[in-house]
Amino acid sequence: MAKTKNNTIKLKFDSARNLAPAPESRSAAKIDPQYNLFINGRFEKPSGKKYFASINPATEEKLSMIAEANDADVNKAVKAARAAYENVWKKMPGAERAKYIYRIARMIQERAREFAIIETLDGGKPIRESRDFDVPTAANHFFYYAGWADKLEYAFPNRHTSPLGVAGQIIPWNFPLLMAAWKIAPALACGNTVVIKPAENTSLTALKLAEIIQEADLPAGVVNIITGAGATGAAIVNHPDVNKIAFTGSTEVGKIIQRAIAGTNKKATLELGGKAANIIFDDAPLDQAVEGVINGIFFNQGHVCCAGSRLYVQESVFKEVVRKLKDRLESLIVGDPMDKNTDIGAINSKEQLNIINNYIKIGQQEGAEMYQSTANLPKRGFYCRPTIFTNVAQSNRIAQEEIFGPVLAIQSFRTDDEVIEKANNTPYGLSAGVWTDKGSKIFNMTTKLRAGVVWANTFNKFDPTSPFGGYKESGYGREGGVHGLAAYVNIV
Amino acid sequence: MATTEKRLEVLKTYKIYIGGQFPRTESGRYYLATNSKKEKLANICLSSRKDFRDAVSAARGAFGGWSGRAAFNRGQILYRIAEMLEGRKAQFVDELMKQDADKAQAEKEVNLCIDRLIYYSGWCDKFQQLFSTVNPVASSHFNFSNPEPTGVVAAIAPQENSLLGIVSLIAPIIAGGNTCVVLASNTKPLCAVTFAEVLNSSDLPGGVVNILTGKIAELAPYFADHMDVNATVYCETDAATQNMIKEKSALNVKRVVLYDKVKWNDATAQSPYFIMDLQEIKTTWHPIENIGGAKAGY
Repeated sequence: MAKTKNNTIKLKFDSARNLAPAPESRSAAKIDPQYNLFINGRFEKPSGKKYFASINPATEEKLSMIAEANDADVNKAVKAARAAYENVWKKMPGAERAKYIYRIARMIQERAREFAIIETLDGGKPIRESRDFDVPTAANHFFYYAGWADKLEYAFPNRHTSPLGVAGQIIPWNFPLLMAAWKIAPALACGNTVVIKPAENTSLTALKLAEIIQEADLPAGVVNIITGAGATGAAIVNHPDVNKIAFTGSTEVGKIIQRAIAGTNKKATLELGGKAANIIFDDAPLDQAVEGVINGIFFNQGHVCCAGSRLYVQESVFKEVVRKLKDRLESLIVGDPMDKNTDIGAINSKEQLNIINNYIKIGQQEGAEMYQSTANLPKRGFYCRPTIFTNVAQSNRIAQEEIFGPVLAIQSFRTDDEVIEKANNTPYGLSAGVWTDKGSKIFNMTTKLRAGVVWANTFNKFDPTSPFGGYKESGYGREGGVHGLAAYVNIV
Repeated sequence: MATTEKRLEVLKTYKIYIGGQFPRTESGRYYLATNSKKEKLANICLSSRKDFRDAVSAARGAFGGWSGRAAFNRGQILYRIAEMLEGRKAQFVDELMKQDADKAQAEKEVNLCIDRLIYYSGWCDKFQQLFSTVNPVASSHFNFSNPEPTGVVAAIAPQENSLLGIVSLIAPIIAGGNTCVVLASNTKPLCAVTFAEVLNSSDLPGGVVNILTGKIAELAPYFADHMDVNATVYCETDAATQNMIKEKSALNVKRVVLYDKVKWNDATAQSPYFIMDLQEIKTTWHPIENIGGAKAGY
């Protein structure tokens, strides 16, 4: 008989982690040794003739060489987008635009497996997530916005819409294909043309999307996909013939962009960082809540701007929740992202791993108590054990700053008012989570939490029909749903 | 015998409006408001950075209460403001005429202000219905999006008119549940201060609207870079100021709203889109239980 005081049996997880490997096959995906820039419907060599390597963060092996676009290339792409806008796209009836966008959605679905494999190889996320979330949601996003293209007159009561022109779009490395879909689909539906730059670590699925766009016979120049790092992004932001900047990334870079376009008439939407509070009340179904917390912070290795990185647990269930979390942490499978059993894959890059490890050090130095899963990490590649901190103070850096990794800071609270105050005490306002069985309490919380997305008894859910975006320093503008159209039209 | 002695008029002291109080500027500074004939109208407070910061702190303090009120209640208070303005119409006509308007123009401006307040009073509990959505997500969740106020708004009123600009600016801001600090017209400040007295007698909680008088050039940078302000609104066409506001607002990712093409005496100067300029969309998710698989068949 097990004689633990709380009448539970100590769980053993070492066997649970030793499932037989179930690797996805690489053979269903084709990655070229070198990729060029997609400008005006053609793949073109970069004028600076420079290429950089894209590696697999799970193994550190080189996957491909990616073209680096310089100012001249950006200029060429913007010119192509302008010409396509003036001559073709803005004149095309919405119903015709719609059919092109539907085509793209369908082709992504047809090649879903290939996209999932490449997304995982290039970015390190578990194949289960790229297969079941990133790729289907990206296709759905195109499918959803395609249908808006001929219905814009219904979107804004008593107003007409007109497209903005050329949209310059810069997207992050955490959901490469999905973010491309979030940006391109509404822009095209509203009649704009696009110059988009994926993050330099994760260009491959965007370039595969370029292949689809070519196959779909989208008029040349309507979508231009150019690759490169910060300098390429800056060239897009500063190009005088771009009408709109859409950026997803860090708050730091978001502020630089807001400043850079201050002297222009460019419109902007910024989807920036976050430090979401996930709040568990004592009447919550605790096992579900723990599952939600795990999903909230460890989904995509915590590389999620809306990750539930601050956990607030009501005092009376604090110990129980932390114990359950530690147990659950032990059962997470960390390792090869291509393995279908893997829960936590590779950290996206060495730089990001260093940032995360630095915060883990800071958390310990600040006096917080750390607990990490005992999982063995692969010898090569960039990995981080799922990590939780207790004994965290509101002022600690791990409770204030976005870490963008699998690191959770846990604090306790007593009353509703106290936790509202603590949850809102951050410059960010992207998302929040609430766990309780009481409906009236849910709505008290969801209305008082200053965040753009609030998940009650769930977390990290996304849908093309559901607007997403931040309050305060988490940015402005929405992506998804009818509200997402406003980012890409003049309302007159 | 009745005498026709000339009675000495009591002059009004024009002060600023912060947190429901009428202090003088903490700086002790003033400027002289005149009409186009250079006749002296009043000594006006030349508000300082500290006045602005006090006003922001009053606006922040009032935000939770004001945004948490029932939308219907906000509508009633806006209606009450209109009632009070109607009752004091003569005073505003008089002030507008001192500031160069003829009688017909002055009456027209005050009437338009009253009507505009009634217009936005009605929107208080309606714009949400127009701009909210229930989103048909593809998973088993109930999901909806609705507008919520952006927060504390720092606004620089149109300079061309004394009353219409500031009323047209404030009404949609507070109808949407925001609180604000507003800088009145520099050259025509009288009605803004008197309008503060109207606000103060209209059940509007102190701190929801704070009105300063002073110089744009001096105060605009603070309006744009204060870290506890969520949005900046600017109604003039000066490009250098616009760019300065946009640039400084990046410090804490403020929303910047420029009303440089609005004709304030036109019907196009009022619409629910003015309210929506200072709203955030919040999306809420909750799972839908599905155990037995029963359908709503009847």
